[in-house]
Amino acid sequence: MQRRQLLQTASMGAALGALGLPGKAIGQSGPKVVVVGGGYGGATAAKYVRMWSDYQINVTLVEPNPEFVSCPISNLVLGGSKTMADITSPYDNLSKRHGVNLLRDLVTSIDPDRRIVQLASGGELPYDRLILSPGVDMMMDTLPGMARAGAQDTVLHAWKAGAQTLALRRQLEAMPDGGVYALTVPLAPYRCPPGPYERACQVAHYFSQAKPRSKVLVLDANDDVTSKGPLFKKAWAERYQGIVEYRPKHSLVDVDAVTNTLKFEFSDDVKATVLNVLPAMRAGDIAVKTGLATANKRWCEVDFLTHESKVAKNIHVLGDAVLAAPAMPKSGHMANQHGKTCAAAVVALLSGQAPNSLPIYNNTCYSFVSDKEVVHVASVHRYDAVQKTMLTVPGAGGVSGAANELEGIYAMAWAQNIWADTLA
Amino acid sequence: MSSTTRLLAVAAVLWGAQSCWAQADALQVRSWAAGCANCHGTLGVAVGSSASLAGAPKEDMAKKLLDYKAGTRPATVMHQIAKGYSDEQLQQLADYFSALKK
Repeated sequence: MQRRQLLQTASMGAALGALGLPGKAIGQSGPKVVVVGGGYGGATAAKYVRMWSDYQINVTLVEPNPEFVSCPISNLVLGGSKTMADITSPYDNLSKRHGVNLLRDLVTSIDPDRRIVQLASGGELPYDRLILSPGVDMMMDTLPGMARAGAQDTVLHAWKAGAQTLALRRQLEAMPDGGVYALTVPLAPYRCPPGPYERACQVAHYFSQAKPRSKVLVLDANDDVTSKGPLFKKAWAERYQGIVEYRPKHSLVDVDAVTNTLKFEFSDDVKATVLNVLPAMRAGDIAVKTGLATANKRWCEVDFLTHESKVAKNIHVLGDAVLAAPAMPKSGHMANQHGKTCAAAVVALLSGQAPNSLPIYNNTCYSFVSDKEVVHVASVHRYDAVQKTMLTVPGAGGVSGAANELEGIYAMAWAQNIWADTLA
Repeated sequence: MSSTTRLLAVAAVLWGAQSCWAQADALQVRSWAAGCANCHGTLGVAVGSSASLAGAPKEDMAKKLLDYKAGTRPATVMHQIAKGYSDEQLQQLADYFSALKK
């Protein structure tokens, strides 16, 4: 009893030491944390579990991609002012500087009872705590025509930065002047609320420079622009007058990739030269397959003090896959904040200590309306012990007064710093 | 258990409890501060054109944060962020960052 009390009251490092961990060395006998998914949530969690455990907890990050490609700023690749190299960062600093075991592999299944993950390569990894940051997957089954052979190769979403980002840029480059680029937006919630509207601005920016007779058509399932509405509408009405047309209440039901036609629930069909379809989204496949997506079979419910799943012990879920708290966006910034909240909680729990009872974090989201001018939305989120969720702090947060170049500089500084905080 | 041992054990538990309280508090501020890293860098050391917070003068930083919150210091976004924290939390954040290595 005395020993337990002393353990609980000892400092974090000492408590971990008492678990049988040798000094700074990565002990094979120490607690094992496996992180699935190296995006903003997972990579951040991996780094911070190492840092905050004084490098005493074993962390393995499983990620199939060889490099990190950022969704934030990727719309500027479509606009032509940034390249793929600008939004790509290596993973190796996580291992070199922080001793994270990097595993380029895919998790095919999770056994929550045996606390083991199965890898596509055939191996398996045991864990004491699993941190799952699976991002989103597209609900392609809601659009029957997208199942036809080749449809998904020509009608792109480019909503996971990478090969599709570059492929969509090539489609825009190949489009003749006078063509129409049509972008469909799913009902909220989806990854990156202002992202589609920033994309409309970026494609319009490119057209205004290179193909001024071309059009951007935004077909939105929502009743109105879901984020920074007045700021985007001002950019479309003034800066991109005659280029961008916005149509709300356009709920996409099917796509014909052969005739390049979009079919809507209540509106006329739309044909366009380049189709860019953002399907409805849900938590990444591995979370759904593991039975964690309990909200509408799409999103994972978590305890916001620890990010532990409400249905699976020792499994923590981060980022876009989480059933968001009120007014909490599915953003890279937010996933990074989830990563740190979860990392602190996992280190505390593995040390026999109570997790932080009052998480507070913020979200700052910059959108480029041209190659230089930017608008932001910001919010501060604080844990509410009565409602047991994160709530926005009243009176805090807000948006830019108007698009401006100073915030264009701050937006790139944000990108550099969050990339470093997540990966370096 | 002898009375001396008992006394020592009680003292150890009391000491432990006290240091745990201090520790939890410090860890809580560390977690809040980590929320600033997205723009101001891990452990307050920024890259690019963002302001580094690590090792900045404590009183100066606290005053800036409180002025942002009051709306008396011009900002693009910090006036909106600072309003999300109590005056005491802003002071604790300034204390934390000022103690970090530049």
